[in-house]
Amino acid sequence: MGELSWIFVSALLVNNFTLSYFLGLCPFFGVSGRLVTAFRLGLANIFVMVITSLCASFLNAFVLPYAPYLRLISFIVVIASTVQFVEMVIKKVSPGLFRALGIFLPLITTNCAILALALFQTSRGYGLLQGLVFALGAGGGLTLALVLMAGLREEAELSDIPSVIRGTAMNLIIAGILSLAFMGFAGLFSGNA
Amino acid sequence: MSSGGHDPGRAYEELVKGLWRENPVFVQVLGMCPMLAVTNTAVNGLAMGAASFFVLVCSSVLISSFKSWIPKPVRISTYIIVIATFVTVADLSLQALAPTVHRELGAFISLIVVNCLILGRQEAFASKQPVKLALADALGMGGGFAIALVMLGGAREVLGAGSLFGVSLFGDQFEPWVVMLLPPGGFLMLGLLLLAFASIKEARVKLAERTRKAA
Repeated sequence: MGELSWIFVSALLVNNFTLSYFLGLCPFFGVSGRLVTAFRLGLANIFVMVITSLCASFLNAFVLPYAPYLRLISFIVVIASTVQFVEMVIKKVSPGLFRALGIFLPLITTNCAILALALFQTSRGYGLLQGLVFALGAGGGLTLALVLMAGLREEAELSDIPSVIRGTAMNLIIAGILSLAFMGFAGLFSGNA
Repeated sequence: MSSGGHDPGRAYEELVKGLWRENPVFVQVLGMCPMLAVTNTAVNGLAMGAASFFVLVCSSVLISSFKSWIPKPVRISTYIIVIATFVTVADLSLQALAPTVHRELGAFISLIVVNCLILGRQEAFASKQPVKLALADALGMGGGFAIALVMLGGAREVLGAGSLFGVSLFGDQFEPWVVMLLPPGGFLMLGLLLLAFASIKEARVKLAERTRKAA
């Protein structure tokens, strides 16, 4: 139990995928304009991550011991099909959300966070349960970062900021400060790490 | 659409645009994930830039040569599988040639597969243009990406460790700005570089306006 909660908190805060591994930056800067959209994209990401983690555990257990060089290719194929599936479900269930997410939904395929999840899970030797907890933590961390960023950007929209820094430069500097704040969590587990 | 493909001036144009005017990092802000994660030293930036360059050039040439055989509905999956194959090649070669760098870059070499820059060039350029132009475009874009990575890595290494390519620059009295080597430094440094580019651009626009008014 202790180990599982450690994996969860570590992926959620200490080693936050976006703010300390720089994964999933494209949606982080692309979709963080509005709070609601950012939150929903985060949820879609969590869902894809959980399924990817299950598939990766399965592949690691049964297929890849026989063909290790196929690891990358098989992971990416699994992720691409999962995203396709999620896209169809969202289109059916919530057309409004589908429009709001736009191009960023298919781009979850090329979201490095998803592939990195599968790769990290493999390189750290997580089993099925650990992998699931890791996926939940990482997805939660991604959502947290997206929501924080969107909130800050909505505030910044109304502030008096010189035009030259507006846009990507400002977003990057905001992200830098957020990331600095998240580094404060690094001491959280120094006792038993 | 691609009838002008055999004129050498056009190929040169495609080659040069990626290096500066449409630099993938500073202008288009693509492929940020691997870029920020590994550029804490100039050497790592160079290794990552070289690997991405290799993958981009090989996949652009291959996809451009086979473009008429790739069915449209499954083109993205095809591109990704081609890219993943070359990334596997790059990953295994780097592991054999430079094991220390490979250890430091870790999973990020594999993550070149999902670099939006590479997929973007296939979709936007290589799948529509003749091989020669696709090669020129890939060389330019890959080169521009590598230059940006080395610049960012170099700037972070100088500020964070007081050295460049592992050679110490300032001697013992230098107090390293360690945060530049840590994740926040990546965001801040790229933000500052983009800010510098934006202000140069703005200053140029203003200058052009002023000279127009004076004339």
